[in-house]
Amino acid sequence: MIARRLLAVGVLLITATFVGTMVWLRVPRVTSRATPRVAAAPSPAATAPPGRKIKARLFYVGDDGLRLTNVERDIAYGEGATEQAREIIAAQIAPVIEPLVSAVPHGTALRAVFLTQGGEAYVDLSRDVVSAHPGGTLNELLTVYTIVNALTVNLPAVTSVQLLVDGKEVDTLSGHVDLRQPLTKNLSWVQ
Amino acid sequence: MNARAIPQLSAAVTVALLLGLAAVLSSQAPPSASLTLLSKDGRRAIPISIVADQEFVALDDLTGPFQITVHEEALGAVTVSYKGKTIVLTPDQALASVSGRLVSLPAPPSRSGRRWLVPLEFISRALALIYDVRLDLRKPSHLLVVGDVRVPRITVRYDPLGNAARLTIDATPRAGSTVTQDGDHLTIKFDADALDALNPPLPPQAPQGILQAVRIVDATTMAVDLGPRFAGFRTTSMPVDATQRLVIDLVAQAPIETAPSSPAQPAQPTPAPPAPPAPEPPPTFGQPTSAIHTIAIDAGHGGDDEGVKSGDGAKEKDLTLAVARRAKAVVETRLGLRVLLTRDDDRNVPLDERTAIANNNKADLFISLHANGSMRSTTTGASIFCAAFDKDAAQAAAAGGAERLPTFGGGSRDIELVPWDLAQTRHLDRSERFAELLEQQLHDRVPLSSRVIDRAPLRVLESANMPAVLIELGYLTNAEQAKLLASDTFQVTAVQALYEAIVRFRDAYAAGGTP
Repeated sequence: MIARRLLAVGVLLITATFVGTMVWLRVPRVTSRATPRVAAAPSPAATAPPGRKIKARLFYVGDDGLRLTNVERDIAYGEGATEQAREIIAAQIAPVIEPLVSAVPHGTALRAVFLTQGGEAYVDLSRDVVSAHPGGTLNELLTVYTIVNALTVNLPAVTSVQLLVDGKEVDTLSGHVDLRQPLTKNLSWVQ
Repeated sequence: MNARAIPQLSAAVTVALLLGLAAVLSSQAPPSASLTLLSKDGRRAIPISIVADQEFVALDDLTGPFQITVHEEALGAVTVSYKGKTIVLTPDQALASVSGRLVSLPAPPSRSGRRWLVPLEFISRALALIYDVRLDLRKPSHLLVVGDVRVPRITVRYDPLGNAARLTIDATPRAGSTVTQDGDHLTIKFDADALDALNPPLPPQAPQGILQAVRIVDATTMAVDLGPRFAGFRTTSMPVDATQRLVIDLVAQAPIETAPSSPAQPAQPTPAPPAPPAPEPPPTFGQPTSAIHTIAIDAGHGGDDEGVKSGDGAKEKDLTLAVARRAKAVVETRLGLRVLLTRDDDRNVPLDERTAIANNNKADLFISLHANGSMRSTTTGASIFCAAFDKDAAQAAAAGGAERLPTFGGGSRDIELVPWDLAQTRHLDRSERFAELLEQQLHDRVPLSSRVIDRAPLRVLESANMPAVLIELGYLTNAEQAKLLASDTFQVTAVQALYEAIVRFRDAYAAGGTP
């Protein structure tokens, strides 16, 4: 009798272990399917050799407030165009101190960057770029072309840029600039 | 009193009288102009006196033409009577009691010797109420129209357009006219009893131009003195509300080319006038259209979309609505055009809906009003935006495409198809032309940005199927500008500039649409 009970417990333990192992193996696959876009832009720590830098032109609001001005900066090297685009945007939206003024609202975070074979870049920003935006046609133009020019000026492979917010297409940031299509480089907004 | 004292006394009295007279004259300026009465019986001039910067007429001078009687009461009041009705005036009070009803006057009656002077407005505000014939006081032109006399107000505008020029003459109320050429001048004869016009109606122009001057010839006739470049003219007359608009398009001779003279040679009289400066192209536009009937004015933002906010809490959505309402009132009242507001209250209207309102109502012009914001608090000035499109989009729209669709009653017709988002591509030239006209009108009236006209991919303009601009009135993020934008003075001035630009655009639009 005791032997039978021990056998039953053993079978149960083996079954439970097998089922648990199968569930454990399954869950990560489901999770990775739910966020394919995030996986498309791996974090810089995973690929960029530490300490290696490149020079890039970043854009900030000029003294007159009417145009952008460009500043050359050392930024982290990224392996491949997508990773480099990510590094450029991360550096571009990072907080700055006076006298530099960023046209990208404070608190805006980069969620992901994607590049297509056709040279279109999709820059996915957090909702702060909308909710913290101060409004005004000029402000909005400078915000948009800060991102667009940062990629098209520094990466020849990128010919146009479309901004996404929280992973979705948006009409505008604050009611003015049409963001439904990728925008090409526009240096008329740069001094 | 001895004999020597008498001449001294008489001299003192004479001096006193002269001083007293001088005092009266200094306080009472001599008549500087006259009020012209126009009636079926003809013209009559009544002297105007200026007292403390106000224009007055003497009641005595009104008794004859208007058959009124003036009686001074014991307590100092003055009673003016006409066919049993009375007006009572009280010294030192800027009021008149007209058959028991009080009306205000800009100044109290003033005594001048034995005469009582009353402000000009006494005629329109008091006398007109008891007089049995209509009295129409036109103070700026010092005219008083009595009864049913046709005296249109005449305004003249001259727009040189390089090798052409346009003379626009408005007559309000409507009065017909005929234009004939008599040698070196055009004669414009109005179907009226008299004209209410400045003299000259237009400042003299450059002697070598198409037109030299416009002058009044007689009570109902004006003359246009033509310049040496004049070659021909064409007239158009059209009613615009209560106004009859006469448009005279003047065409210039082609410039005569002369061999450049060497500076070493002595100056020789040249047979031809010097060539004018490079002419600017006349404002003709690509899409023939007969006239502007409807304008859509879009008050930017609204509802939970407040737009830019100033440091003291002023909101862009409120400013744009206030200016839009003012603009609607001015354009509708003065031009008689239909004005649609994309919103007339504080609500959020989607961008596509704003353009759809304009498109569905076949508006001829779309004006979106906004206030700007900058990360720099010192940024200042108004600017104007036209739409911008990527090359590919513009080419796609230009290539267009027609689809053959069946029609009612059989048959089919080609319908031109333009994507909604690219509708503006067909109107960019005229949008930019309107922006230029608007810049000219805003110039010197409101602070302008260092770069006034810009092009950008603005969502609200791209789908507009008519000329369309977005106006940034100024920066709410600049504390000084925020105060300015909120002021009545600024808003009235900006709307006036907008109105003037619309008038010029409408005229140029009509010229472009004339076959």
